[in-house]
Amino acid sequence: MEFFHKVPHINFLAARKLAMGMSVVVLIIAIVSLVIHGLNLGVDFTGGVTVQVSYPQPADLRQIRSTLSAVGYKDAIVQNFGTPEDVLIRLQPKKGESGKNTGGAVMDALHKVAPQVKLEQVNFVGPEVGKDLATKGALAFFLTLTGILLYIWFRFEWRLALGGVAATLHDVVFVVGFFSIFHLEFDLNVLAAVLAVMGYSVNDTVVVFDRIREDFRKLRKGTPFEIINLAVNQTLSRTIITSGVTLLVVIALLILGGPVLHGFSLALFVGIIVGTYSSIYIASATALMLGVSKKDLMVRIKEDRKVDDMP
Amino acid sequence: MLNRYPLWKNIVVIVVTVLGILLALPNLYGEDPAVQVSENNAQLTGTATIQVEQALHAAKLPYKSAVIHDNRLLVRFSNTNIQLRALDVVKKALGSHYSVALNLAPRTPKWMRDIGLRPMAKGLDLQGGVHFQLLVDLNAAVKTKLQRDMTDIRGAMRDKLIRYEDVSLSGDAIHITLRTPQDVSQAKKLLSTRYPEMVVTAGGQANTLVARPSPQDLQQLRQYAVEQNITTLRNRVNELGVAEPVVQQQGGNSIVVELPGVQDTARAKEILGATATLEFRLVDYTNNAYTAKQTGHIPLDDQLFKDKQGNPVLLKRDVIVSGDQLVDAVSGYDQQSGTPDVNVTLDSAGAAKMGRVTRENLDKPMAVLYIETKTEKTKVNGQTVVAHKKVYTVINVATIRGIFSSRFQISGLAQDEAQNLALLLRAGSLAAPMDIVEQRTVGPSLGQENIKQGFYAALLGFILVVVFIAMYYKTFGVIADLAVFMNLVITVALLSLIQATLTLPGIAGIVLTLGMGVDANVLINEHIREEVRGGNTPQAAIHAGYQRAFATIVDAHVTTLTAAVMLFLFGAGPVKGFAVTLSLGILTSLFTAIMGTRSIVNWVYGGRNLKRLPV
Repeated sequence: MEFFHKVPHINFLAARKLAMGMSVVVLIIAIVSLVIHGLNLGVDFTGGVTVQVSYPQPADLRQIRSTLSAVGYKDAIVQNFGTPEDVLIRLQPKKGESGKNTGGAVMDALHKVAPQVKLEQVNFVGPEVGKDLATKGALAFFLTLTGILLYIWFRFEWRLALGGVAATLHDVVFVVGFFSIFHLEFDLNVLAAVLAVMGYSVNDTVVVFDRIREDFRKLRKGTPFEIINLAVNQTLSRTIITSGVTLLVVIALLILGGPVLHGFSLALFVGIIVGTYSSIYIASATALMLGVSKKDLMVRIKEDRKVDDMP
Repeated sequence: MLNRYPLWKNIVVIVVTVLGILLALPNLYGEDPAVQVSENNAQLTGTATIQVEQALHAAKLPYKSAVIHDNRLLVRFSNTNIQLRALDVVKKALGSHYSVALNLAPRTPKWMRDIGLRPMAKGLDLQGGVHFQLLVDLNAAVKTKLQRDMTDIRGAMRDKLIRYEDVSLSGDAIHITLRTPQDVSQAKKLLSTRYPEMVVTAGGQANTLVARPSPQDLQQLRQYAVEQNITTLRNRVNELGVAEPVVQQQGGNSIVVELPGVQDTARAKEILGATATLEFRLVDYTNNAYTAKQTGHIPLDDQLFKDKQGNPVLLKRDVIVSGDQLVDAVSGYDQQSGTPDVNVTLDSAGAAKMGRVTRENLDKPMAVLYIETKTEKTKVNGQTVVAHKKVYTVINVATIRGIFSSRFQISGLAQDEAQNLALLLRAGSLAAPMDIVEQRTVGPSLGQENIKQGFYAALLGFILVVVFIAMYYKTFGVIADLAVFMNLVITVALLSLIQATLTLPGIAGIVLTLGMGVDANVLINEHIREEVRGGNTPQAAIHAGYQRAFATIVDAHVTTLTAAVMLFLFGAGPVKGFAVTLSLGILTSLFTAIMGTRSIVNWVYGGRNLKRLPV
């Protein structure tokens, strides 16, 4: 089986202005959403309490809400978690109540109404822990970006490095924006997925860059535009197979991984698709626009070598 | 010759494969729900086993086996339902001298356990349990120490007749205002000899000094506070009789406590937050404690307690010093006699009181009373009743040999007694107050559910990948599939070897590397196809394909690894687990794709006269 028997000749970069324009529009929408809506941050970051309970029969969410409201938890968010029987409750401790006791209080209240209710999980995260996580997450993000920048710069060239970082940044903003626009919960697992997407996206980009460098060195003719286009086409088969296979396992996680991994898998799903697109249209196109050329990627010959060779 | 591997490379591949399979094997056996029994401070004997077996027979609870190993009795059951019921039965049968806890016992055969092969440890999200993160208030620890120093400095200056106007605390510094420049120089000398760890500088105004602990000293003080709190927590966790508890420092000022298998979180919290404390009291030696116990007539000023052997002791009601005034207790040896003793340090208020009492009661006996607050849950008419019970034990009686204040020794002890006493004294006190800032509780059934979901997701992901790659690259695809499978095996082997904790995000990491690990194989096979299309002979195509893919594979893996390492450095809890599996998966995929597949390809095709390549 083969998707492309010959190297395809798709003029990807001809559409680069259109693609970049689209990307810019989408990113602006993502950023606007982030500024206006912000992120639906999970308890991991905001601090607070989550209680997961299960009932033998489908749960009556309205009744649970009123029960909790009656004992003073007015702003509790009650939703199904995976199945109609499982319920996830997110709430903040009452004023003056320590968060570590909230889980017990919630269970007592629910138990009085429905004695068959079973406690599955209680998480309490203090506000200081959440803040610490958010800081660490941001730090990890910037250090990863810097690491990628330096590595590509060192191994390739600064224009490509900037292209790689632009693509990675594009993917992260896209995924985070996606979670903001659709009001999906952003928890610690999603953060991990976003960082994994960074790794994935740059992996994809580096493979294309590698080919660009090889072609620049090998081919005597051709403008940078033609050579980059060729490199993208030559790696297209690999790009599709790898992304496709990775998407397959992510889909497996999405279907069977259960509600805990749902946000995680979704972030990866979106991230891998965007990451594949961005290694073509953002990474390579940025490098092209910055004016990467043949001489930037030739093997550097040390100039002082001549001196050494002299008798 | 082209595409033949030297012997050593083939041996490396075979050895790694065999080792990988061996190390990963224990994970296939699964676990039995078990109840673990250990005797507090004593060797477990066969009688306990018989008692447990009889109790289980009487309750008609079937068990798989009951074996003593490592001074612990492990009783295995076929399901968690029986296990939970058995826990109650065993607890009732054995009484309070034993710790009885839930455990998951690996079902690995004996020979594997004997050579140290163990399955990965399961995280709390996979086996149920409680996770606490406690934040230590380090500022409070520093402040307490400085206040103690301040009182001490005042006293020392008074003794040396150095005239001062004021000694006060502000922030991390002690401000001293003295009368004359002469007093200043004297005070400086005193401080430098008595507190070499303090940095003393001239204050803003005339005749003032500022003493502050050096940065190293502060650092040490903070670390000490966290360590002491960890020790205290360990002692308390041991109370709970948890199978494999984790008490660990996290970052500069946090402590993580993980109690796998614990169901009763309320009790866990109470014990962690419990205050074991102690009191120094005078012994009433004028009345006979045995008579008091028999007649029930206890003198008005006295209270009757028991010592460790259960003998009655009469103590005065007046408390000289209590545990919160205790700063430190270290076991050591008396410098003159060389006999074991415990060096106790009190804070200033405690020291003052102790000084006065000892002056008045020289050569009279004094006792150390250890007070534990235990919570007990009992079922009365089907209702759970929580009762807080204070347990008093006289742990030491010693004669007052001199007048002492902030530092004194408790002597007349055997060596292990001295160590125990020091531990108990320290265990009773927290160096700094703590607060629970994070708590995660996972029920046992949710853990089972999470395992099931993780396993099925991994299985489906694996099947999808394997089928697709085999269809797409034919024989070379099958070889790539072997590499992906070995990638999985070696990753699991490494995780078992370093005894990493497997969490649900960790499983997700493994599943993800199944997908990403294919990448290296795809790169190689695409390059081989390209060479074949370019008109190369099959052998040359294989050779050039591997060679050209190599640099790309390394570049791509290193950049992905960068992200994974950052995740590890800055991630918390489950994210760390994800980062570990992802990093290991990336590294093993380098090996299996480059060396593993090459050795198979060379073995199958190397040196043969090929017309076409099945790629």
